Amino acid sequence: MFFAIPNWLLPAPTDIFHEAVNGWDSYAHHLLSTSNLAVVGFVIGVSVGLVVSISLHLLPSVRQAVYPLLILSQNIPIIVLAPLLVIWFGFGVLPKIIIITLVCFFPIVVATLDGFRQTSPDLMHYMRMAGASKSQLFRKLEIPHALPSIFSGLKIAATYSVMGAVISEWLGANKGIGVYMTLAQSSFRTDRVFVAIVFIMILCLIFFAIIIGLEKVMLKGRRGKDE
Amino acid sequence: MSELIAESITKSFADKQILQNVSFTVKEGEFVALLGPSGSGKSTIFHLIGGMSRPDEGTFSLDGKDITGQRGMISYTPQNPSLFPWRTIIQNVVLGAEIQKKPDYQTAQEMLEKAGLKGYENAYPYQLSGGMQQRVAFVRALLSPQDFICLDEPFSALDEFTRLEMQQWLLNIWQENKKSILFVTHNIEEALYLADRLLILSNNPATIKYDFSLPFVRPRDENLFLTEEFLQWKRKIYQALQENNHIPS
Ligand SMILES: Nc1ncnc2c1ncn2[C@@H]1O[C@H](COP(=O)(O)OP(=O)(O)O)[C@@H](O)[C@H]1O
Ligand SMILES: [Mg+2]
Repeated sequence: MFFAIPNWLLPAPTDIFHEAVNGWDSYAHHLLSTSNLAVVGFVIGVSVGLVVSISLHLLPSVRQAVYPLLILSQNIPIIVLAPLLVIWFGFGVLPKIIIITLVCFFPIVVATLDGFRQTSPDLMHYMRMAGASKSQLFRKLEIPHALPSIFSGLKIAATYSVMGAVISEWLGANKGIGVYMTLAQSSFRTDRVFVAIVFIMILCLIFFAIIIGLEKVMLKGRRGKDE
Repeated sequence: MSELIAESITKSFADKQILQNVSFTVKEGEFVALLGPSGSGKSTIFHLIGGMSRPDEGTFSLDGKDITGQRGMISYTPQNPSLFPWRTIIQNVVLGAEIQKKPDYQTAQEMLEKAGLKGYENAYPYQLSGGMQQRVAFVRALLSPQDFICLDEPFSALDEFTRLEMQQWLLNIWQENKKSILFVTHNIEEALYLADRLLILSNNPATIKYDFSLPFVRPRDENLFLTEEFLQWKRKIYQALQENNHIPS
């Protein structure tokens, strides 16, 4: 019967709730640390991704050579590289940032390049006829045209960054939700594991909501897909 | 000042010749219609004038200056309005000017009002009907700093009623601005109604077959369509087009 399941296997929702409220002091700093890590990794990963995709876009011959490799590398779960990074860079913050950067990098590059590639040929034609320079084409047409696509990439990258942060903490760290989770797991504090899961989900949702809010502001007035 | 001279323009794509020795002149302040069947190479002529590619032979000159293969020398309205969906209407109409120099929002505002688009300055293109979008595209061409305007079948996608309205509107606006216009169409009535001169393009490969000067006085209005003179011209043009349309053996 359901109620016969012991608490260490599946704690009651009320127990989890209690732990979430009463244990705040024991995990708040972990939460903060993970959020920081995810944000820093996200910003670096997205910046590198944007710079790389814009460079590739402006150098079509290089893009043709590199793009298939990028797509191929998307199929490798970046996380499997984590142990290697720990061996090379130790347990500090650097390997963690590298992991998050890597998981954020690919969705951004693929989404941005796709956005550039799908630039409307009619609008391109108009701009060329009107005598637009290469830099005007880029600023006035290609970038705004790619923005919705870039935002799709950002949404994926935002949730990936939280996941990347937690997993990198599992591999070795002294604070963070990943550490809190590992400790809870080894002491069979399943209620705490659940608290961690809930907060990871909340963190992902907050990140996601921030990107959506930004998207709403930046793409104001654009026609939605369903209109 | 803006006089366009096309001299012996020849163009082939792959091994198919599209234009053969096309020569014509559009004088200062003149409204010239270029009439030809679909696929005859009308848009191609515009693309060449606009410098999207170079003709195999021949030159274009504007006010005596060779502009062959140069972009940004003419103002242009493409076959579909090609408005930028993320720009508001006012931001759209200044785009042509913005590419060349600093845009003048004051003039843009006045021009939008004249075009019957008052109150739509901050709307987005998808909120406008097809006719209104064409008007926006045309205002954008008018506000561009170039004095020579090329219009590529701007009304062909509109219904009959809207088209008549738009033709009348175009005439009014043009009469105030007097920029030189080269207007491409495959509609005989439209060409007769709007133009000072009418060039007829033959098919396969295209060349200028006839160059008619139209006698209708300006300002013109819809009553012109019903006059005997107009109908006679219509017949004449129709016959001129028929001569072309034999399938080349
Ligand atoms: N870039 C191009 N490459 C190859 N063929 C082309 C190209 N542009 C136009 N054509 C061909 O040239 C012909 C004339 O096209 P177009 O100028 O668009 O005709 P129109 O505007 O009179 O309808 C068509 O047969 C079209 O297939
Ligand atoms: Mg055409």
